[in-house]
Amino acid sequence: MSPDSTPTLRPNYDVLAIRRDFPILAREVFGKPLVYLDTGASAQKPRQVIRAMTQVMEETYSNVHRGVHFLSQACTDQFEAARETVARFINAPEADEIVWTRGATEALNLVAATWGRANVGPGDRIVISTLEHHSNIVPWQLLRDETGAELAVIPVDDAGEVDLDAYAALLDDGRAKLVSVTHVSNSIGTVLPIGQMARMAHEKGALFMVDGCQAAPHMPVDVQELGVDFYCFSGHKTYGPTGIGALWGRKALLDAMPPYQGGGEMIAHVTFEKSTFKAAPHKFEAGTPAIVEAVGLGAALDYIEAVGRDAILAHETDVAEYARERLAAVPGVRIVGHARERGAIVSFTMDRAHPHDIGTIIDRAGVAVRAGHHCAFPVMERFDVGATARASFGLYNMKSEVDRLVEALDEVAEIFGR
Amino acid sequence: MNELRELYQEVILDHGRNPRNFRRIEDADGEAKGDNPLCGDRVHVFVKLNGAGGLGDVAFQGRGCAISTASASMMTELLKGRSEAEARRLFDVFHAVCTDEAFDPLDVPEEFGDEADRLQVMAGVRQFPMRVKCATLPWHTFAAALDGKATATTE
Ligand SMILES: Cc1ncc(COP(=O)(O)O)c(C=O)c1O
Repeated sequence: MSPDSTPTLRPNYDVLAIRRDFPILAREVFGKPLVYLDTGASAQKPRQVIRAMTQVMEETYSNVHRGVHFLSQACTDQFEAARETVARFINAPEADEIVWTRGATEALNLVAATWGRANVGPGDRIVISTLEHHSNIVPWQLLRDETGAELAVIPVDDAGEVDLDAYAALLDDGRAKLVSVTHVSNSIGTVLPIGQMARMAHEKGALFMVDGCQAAPHMPVDVQELGVDFYCFSGHKTYGPTGIGALWGRKALLDAMPPYQGGGEMIAHVTFEKSTFKAAPHKFEAGTPAIVEAVGLGAALDYIEAVGRDAILAHETDVAEYARERLAAVPGVRIVGHARERGAIVSFTMDRAHPHDIGTIIDRAGVAVRAGHHCAFPVMERFDVGATARASFGLYNMKSEVDRLVEALDEVAEIFGR
Repeated sequence: MNELRELYQEVILDHGRNPRNFRRIEDADGEAKGDNPLCGDRVHVFVKLNGAGGLGDVAFQGRGCAISTASASMMTELLKGRSEAEARRLFDVFHAVCTDEAFDPLDVPEEFGDEADRLQVMAGVRQFPMRVKCATLPWHTFAAALDGKATATTE
């Protein structure tokens, strides 16, 4: 969201009521009320999620897709209902196009290992961007090393926006088989023009995959409108539990892809000579899945939708833009990343203090930020910083917490000099 | 607040701002790179032996927080002129300073009395378990540089 297209905050966005849904936000750290500005790393959990997971374990828990008994059916129904919730959440045409994974990392590895091995060969090109999290770099490096394909990187400009001319050049000779980029940069907040980039890829015959980790929790996502081929995100960044995530892929692609791991759940028939596999998504889900976590993720997505995704976007944009403004006014603070379209992530450095020292000092004031490279070494290198401090916002954050952050930075200046 | 002040003592801030021996040694006898994958901090330690088999010069380069920079800087000062064995024992002392609640400078062997006193300024990291690695990284890297040299000399 650019500042000038900031939607006006709905007056009925009751952030205090929302905060009461998150038990952990009531706690103190070092005797100060917690200010949690690390939702980009992992989001806190509302009672609704905690309750849904407890409810499964207390009332309906059993293995899924296996038993003839009552509980197995009840639990399978809940598990599959959660899959439908994911489909609705990203407007996937069918719930059968949703594959459960452990998170975005596994989803990216799954596509590299199955679609990649079946479709990529020497001379082919995989295209990613400078802004990627390591989990959208390394699986493609492994694929490259295995297949002799080439891995090409779209550069970004000083503001942190992808260079679309360079991107077009990487597509031009038609060797690109797949483009895999993040929807929102986890390190500097850039929102990529996914729709446009996907169209450009398709025109040159490449498929398009999106790492939606930092978008799904924060803004409306419609995979059909975006016109992409694969989309994935992690449950724990979406106010849901760890150990669960989702991969969406177009049905025809999933159907044509070989399985991922072998085991129970994914087979139709097994003899020692040969096994036949179930149809997607089950052929990608070997073994007993993360049942309770899937239900928890479903509850988290329901929660997000109940708050309202436009409302969340408006609220978070408001808070994040306020943070940019206030931080920019702190002497010695440099904000890294000034894309016109940006999410609720503000990365910064301070002249005299290393991000690690900033993180330690403001932690004692109860303010939790991430300090480091954010699993995005190439971004740090591009902007010539070893690390940054990163404040990332969620639906429960408030401007008064930004004030606490800025106040806490005063202590940093006190120690390190202004 | 006290714990923060104890961590960020003036001596540490000074070494962090103006690191000593912050340079390469072109004809180093041993060198090693250390990094803290958690934060991306990197340190490159160089060791030059003197004729007597002691440490003639120790220097470092790199990019890191105040704690790791100060630790590396102080380390280079303390190690110069030491024998290898002394250097390793000093590392043990340093490790105890950073991690051992019960550490008492008076327990340190006489020969390291002054050094232990100087290292005592790093004791503040004990209250910050996440930062102990920042302080010890340069020393681990130094040990790796020595070990690398050791293998090189056996050839
Ligand atoms: C943009 C992005 N992609 C991928 C990941 C990896 O997610 P996970 O560790 O949940 O698989 C993250 C998490 O840090 C992220 O921010």
